[in-house]
Amino acid sequence: MVTATARRAWDVLETVPDPEIPVLSVVDLGIVRAVEEYDGGRGVTVTLTPTYSGCPATEVIARDVRTALEASYDEVEVRTQLSPAWTTEWMTDAGREKLRGYGIAPPAGRTTLPLIDVSGAPAACPRCGSDAVEELAGFGSTPCKALWRCTTCREPFDYFKTH
Amino acid sequence: MVSPTSERLLTYADGALVLSHRLSEWMSNAPTMEEDIALGNIALDLLGQARGLLQTLGDEDQLAYFREAHEFRNPLLCELPNGDFAVTMMRQLFADAWFAEVWPALLADDSVSADVRGVAEKAVKENAYHWRHSSAWVVRLGDGTEESHRRTQEALDALWPYRGEIASDAWYAKVEPALAEATLTTPARDAWTQRSSADGWHTEHLGYLLAEMQSLARAHPGATW
Repeated sequence: MVTATARRAWDVLETVPDPEIPVLSVVDLGIVRAVEEYDGGRGVTVTLTPTYSGCPATEVIARDVRTALEASYDEVEVRTQLSPAWTTEWMTDAGREKLRGYGIAPPAGRTTLPLIDVSGAPAACPRCGSDAVEELAGFGSTPCKALWRCTTCREPFDYFKTH
Repeated sequence: MVSPTSERLLTYADGALVLSHRLSEWMSNAPTMEEDIALGNIALDLLGQARGLLQTLGDEDQLAYFREAHEFRNPLLCELPNGDFAVTMMRQLFADAWFAEVWPALLADDSVSADVRGVAEKAVKENAYHWRHSSAWVVRLGDGTEESHRRTQEALDALWPYRGEIASDAWYAKVEPALAEATLTTPARDAWTQRSSADGWHTEHLGYLLAEMQSLARAHPGATW
């Protein structure tokens, strides 16, 4: 929950990028679950939820969040919360637009537990906007991505998978 | 005394850890660049799942690097060598179908901790992508060329005796249709199967795997990046 008193912390978090996709902040990504100031703003506790089980960026993100907040607070505590697990539903609309502008097709479709539709496809090529796209590989350069290709402009592109 | 729940979680954690290490052996050796990346991603997911569970059971490094082979509780299937690509994909199909039952069962179990639940919530979705990959490959290889069909049938016949620790009615119901679509001949459900690893018996292969996986941590105990 965003409270007026924690606004300062949220403003800092907006500037902490995802190390793998630096166009997204940790807030855009939707992994910041809670921010609480204590001792009248002397310290802050941030709760993060990892994106993927084995994502190497998770530990880097926790370190970057701590470093960024230490400039504004005397004490910083970064906690990890696994449940409820992160889902691409938590990515902000602004984050989706930033992804598209960066050349990565944002996640399409909705996820539900326990079943998931893993046949999801990007709505359009992030470069030319054509919906004539095809999958090249179900896994990509990071755990969040698959490799697709536009059959109109012929460019390959990353797709941020629904998760 | 180890509680039944901990025993069960250790089986899942060790299964994911050992299989992850096996898949990592393909790195830079897979048939195509895309497959190299896919196997690396799947290995990473499994490693993360294993870590998440091991962290709830004790010191993850102690458990991963300083136990002996007879203390591991992974199903034997997970430790079997990669063989050719058909063996790797058939082994993955079997394991993915197992985990497809493991994770939802944990989600439905009110006795597990919030952290175990968090691992399972994430893993359910990762597993769905893994199954999509392994089942697509088994179908493509089985229903492919004469050679790929022969090799995939050989992989199925070789791995079938290792299903005993992971197979259930739901497992058969998931695996058999994929094998049929792959035009493979599925052995009988009641055919002979390996004994359980729950008492610490393993194949000869696990020791060699652990020797490699654990060597760095044992040479430099307590080392950090």
